[in-house]
Amino acid sequence: MPDLPFLPVLLWSDLLIWLLLFGALLLGWLSARNPLLCAAWQRVGRNRAGIASATLLLAFVVVGLLDSLHYRPRLENGSGPAAGGSVGSAPAYAVEVLSLLDELLAPLRTRHEKTYSEPLATRAHAKEAIEVRTPDGELRQVRDYPRLRHGGAHLGADEARHAADIGERVLHGLALALLAWWAVAAATAAGLARAEGGTPRAAWRRIWHGDSGFAWNALLAALAGLLLPAVPMALLAVDYHVFGTDKVGQDVLYQVLKSVRTALVIGLVTTLVMLPLSIFLGVVAGYFRGWVDDLIQYLYTTLSSIPGVLLIAAAVLMMQVLIDTHPQWFATAAERADLRLLALCFILGLTSWTGLCRLLRGETLKLRELEYIQAAQAFGVTDLRIIARHLLPNLMHIVIIALVMDFSSLVLAEAVLSYVGIGVDPTMISFGTMINNARLELAREPMVWWSLAAAFVFMFTLVLAANLLADAVRDAFDPRLAGSA
Amino acid sequence: MSREVAVREEGLLTVRELRIAFASGHALLPAVDGIDLCVAAGETLALLGESGCGKSATALALLRLLPAAGRIPGGEVWFAGRDLLRLPEAEMRAVRGGGMAMIFQEPATSLNPVLTVGHQLAEVLERHLSLAGQAVRQRALELLTAVGIADPERRLGEYPFQLSGGMKQRVMIAIALAGEPRLLIADEPTTALDVTIQAQILDLLRRLQAERAMGMLLITHDLGVVAQMATRVGVMYAGEIVEEAPRAAFFAAPRHPYTQKLFAALPDLARRGSRLETIPGQVPALSAMPAGCRFAARCAHAWALCRAQAPEWRQVAPGHRLRCHLDGGQGAAWLGGGVAVPVAGPAAEAPAVTPPLLAVDDLRVHFPIRRGILQRTVGHVRAVDGVSLELVRGRTLALVGESGCGKTTVGKAILQLIQPTGGSVQLLGQQLGERSRRALRPLRRRMQMIFQDPFASLNPRLSVGEIIAEGMRALGVAAPGQGGGAAIAAVLQQVGLPAQAAGRYPHEFSGGQRQRIAIARALAVQPDLVICDEPTSALDVSVQAQILNLLASLQAELGLAYLFITHNFAVVDHLAHEVAVMYLGRIVEQGRVDEVLRAPQHPYTRALLSAVPGPRLEAQPEFIRLPGEMPSPARPPGGCHFHPRCPQAIAACREAYPASSRLTPTHVVRCHLPGQEESALTVSGMKTPPCGGVTG
Repeated sequence: MPDLPFLPVLLWSDLLIWLLLFGALLLGWLSARNPLLCAAWQRVGRNRAGIASATLLLAFVVVGLLDSLHYRPRLENGSGPAAGGSVGSAPAYAVEVLSLLDELLAPLRTRHEKTYSEPLATRAHAKEAIEVRTPDGELRQVRDYPRLRHGGAHLGADEARHAADIGERVLHGLALALLAWWAVAAATAAGLARAEGGTPRAAWRRIWHGDSGFAWNALLAALAGLLLPAVPMALLAVDYHVFGTDKVGQDVLYQVLKSVRTALVIGLVTTLVMLPLSIFLGVVAGYFRGWVDDLIQYLYTTLSSIPGVLLIAAAVLMMQVLIDTHPQWFATAAERADLRLLALCFILGLTSWTGLCRLLRGETLKLRELEYIQAAQAFGVTDLRIIARHLLPNLMHIVIIALVMDFSSLVLAEAVLSYVGIGVDPTMISFGTMINNARLELAREPMVWWSLAAAFVFMFTLVLAANLLADAVRDAFDPRLAGSA
Repeated sequence: MSREVAVREEGLLTVRELRIAFASGHALLPAVDGIDLCVAAGETLALLGESGCGKSATALALLRLLPAAGRIPGGEVWFAGRDLLRLPEAEMRAVRGGGMAMIFQEPATSLNPVLTVGHQLAEVLERHLSLAGQAVRQRALELLTAVGIADPERRLGEYPFQLSGGMKQRVMIAIALAGEPRLLIADEPTTALDVTIQAQILDLLRRLQAERAMGMLLITHDLGVVAQMATRVGVMYAGEIVEEAPRAAFFAAPRHPYTQKLFAALPDLARRGSRLETIPGQVPALSAMPAGCRFAARCAHAWALCRAQAPEWRQVAPGHRLRCHLDGGQGAAWLGGGVAVPVAGPAAEAPAVTPPLLAVDDLRVHFPIRRGILQRTVGHVRAVDGVSLELVRGRTLALVGESGCGKTTVGKAILQLIQPTGGSVQLLGQQLGERSRRALRPLRRRMQMIFQDPFASLNPRLSVGEIIAEGMRALGVAAPGQGGGAAIAAVLQQVGLPAQAAGRYPHEFSGGQRQRIAIARALAVQPDLVICDEPTSALDVSVQAQILNLLASLQAELGLAYLFITHNFAVVDHLAHEVAVMYLGRIVEQGRVDEVLRAPQHPYTRALLSAVPGPRLEAQPEFIRLPGEMPSPARPPGGCHFHPRCPQAIAACREAYPASSRLTPTHVVRCHLPGQEESALTVSGMKTPPCGGVTG
């Protein structure tokens, strides 16, 4: 085996995320071949709110995907003289599992302060006793806000330049963002002009008048909305803590970016668990009726009459015991936290399939009486084939709508569960754990508000974008609305 | 002011240059393009036209109730001296219900299911007549009595689900009348009702209109209803009125080619056995209206001017005007219209002694009624209760009856889509019941079904080719692959569709084309028996003619046997060899078409036949009024099922269900009356049949 500078680690949740991406691409390919699906997605493409939110979601997904390529860096074994002789020995890898996102955000990840600091601050949030050397060479103890180790360190003694420096960076960042956006927009217009014929100027006008078949104006507007805050933030983040630091001095911006993956895993993997159950049971109950229907109905009425949190708490605690008694299963702490995350996804999936199942059962009951199903029965087509060819494709719009709608509620569910302490592993960064920590921070005087605010803004954007996209998808796929749109 | 005076003189409602459009994205698609109407008090103007020509949009626009996408870009609607299009919304509310009222097509959905009848009536009375308390109740009772509802005291407190379809439509009419409107707009008021109920409702509307001297705007597609109701007739086509005439002139000599074609496309006795006239093509889409005459593309007489220039109004007789460039278009041309290839007359000869293709004996389908926690069976809905039929190759048996009589259930039970409770079904001498699904499969390709609604019977997610191939693959008729493609193309060609249609999806086709696809799907497995469940009832007259012609020519070519389930006697008359009339799950009369339709013996058959409105003015048989509606098959009346509604019921009818009496070798009736009249005529009786029937 060649000496890699790192050891790739494939966590279970990584595998599922990449499988999901592959599945999404497959769906895209199938949609492109099927004119009906293709037309529905084109309707989504014309919906301005849908495209704007899809653009934002895509940014979140990119962050999540970057965070899903894990590895263990190789330890530098040449540092100590004692290790120098062992050339032939196997390379040692760090216990800590990093992701590509960690590597990109290395400055954010490694520059720890001592404790809380406000956003963009150069000094800490609380006063401390500091030893100051007076001009006459005497050491004196002063109680003051200490300078941060990293935040604004480049200013040196010239702390008065703090505000000017921030202003400069913001203006600089805005200019850069505008430039970048302009370049993308011009490239879009040029590309459109080449694809459809005509001058770039005409294409430009068409984009902004909304005359083209795709909501390019919404995409560009969303891109502007994304770049304008993001680029100045990136410039500031080089030398400041944009969202401040938390109790142990970790950068909050880093934490919210890491939370995105947790939210995506919870939102997507759970639906993956839920879908087969609800589709299979719902369709079977609706199609066969009789005792099959009774059985499945009893199952889901029973399941949905148990308080969900209670069921989840019991399952998570059992899982916790299992993990704690088998430490030998996990090579790293990250793998342990990952398994707990997946367990949570499964438990959430097993408790939340009932809603969609009921919906699909009702729709199947309606569809099975339709004449094309009876025509198929008159041909002696087998039940399985009727389900696969006639029922499933006609239920797909409900499934797609439910999938996108459930995503946002699951992200919120994770936050709630982590808040009551039965969510993800405490070592795993998630919106829920951040909000849970903020409970104590808000009680402090002066209040520590930035952690909660950052988590809130990011989660709100993610969920709102998902909801708006769900709306657009529902409108496009609902056959009753398709005609009027 | 002078203009308003003029309007008052002209009539109750005057519509000038009314245009209606529907917004689609940035574009406005015109649906109605500059129509003029005038309705005087006490007069009925019938707007006649096929679906999609803008009749209903016009009615809604008069009340300013168009759906959200609807716009009125221009025109005037003068009603009682005011232009309704310029009224503020608050005043418009007083006009709706108070000045004009509307009756909708579907009585089941136009009443609120959670409010009592009394409540819904009171709502109107309080709003428009400012009545309150006891006066409301008093007035509501009067109204219910006026629309012929028995026991109005009890009905006031009942909910819509407790009323039958005809009763609901009566209540709907009572609500429309509550505001004492001067104009009644009736949008297909009887389309969803059975013929006997339709006759009752039309009767009621005529009586009320005469009593109150109301104006009425009747929107319909049914020439028979027009013949009974209208004072004047306006024919709409593609958003324009193309012909307007007093009723007598309209029926005596329709002038516009479109109107003539509509008459010619009606199936009836005169053209029995020949092909029906059809109108090629379809109504142009809203987005692609032709510049010249809108009918030019489908008109057999169109010439250059028709395509270049839209025709103006032209007066041909007092009150009779049309929009057509042809002035030689002589009326009455349609009377001899259907001279095309006469196919062998369906009722030509008695069938040769061939073994029957299909033999149904004493078929029963009972659905259990379950109640209570333990779902115990407390009774049965006897949807089909002892039906026996025989059908030989190459012939058509029509199964006729009102909705709810079990005729569709018979079709499905024959196909084993519903498990029969009793009796036997034999196809080609082989028993169908009690076979496993696998054993049934070889017989499935011998029988197929064509469904009523071409929009529900094709899976919207499959291409036409896949839809047709499905049966072939499931029944192993053709190997999938190359042979399949050729077979699909052949069967598409058989039903008159291009082979390229296989790659397209059902939503790209019109209703008539979809029904052709459904027929192709059934034909693809080369069946001997096709069960047609009201295959034309969802289609327009001109398209219905195309489908009937197609079915007739397929029968002639392939020797198919049809079990034709329908409620339309004109279609029966045109197509069928034999008829069976069903009432409450049982066949009450059965025989050759000429026997049953020309000399009906059962009082129910007579009543049904008399209730069918004919599309002509003369020779309407006396309407035999049937009281009430069909009872529930869960609790059929004792004795003869029909006796509570029968005008000729005698004591024996209440006691026992009549046995079948065979009047001729082919004509069988289950009634006590013929047997009483000529008791010698028993099952073995071979004398001449009694001639007490209604002829005509």
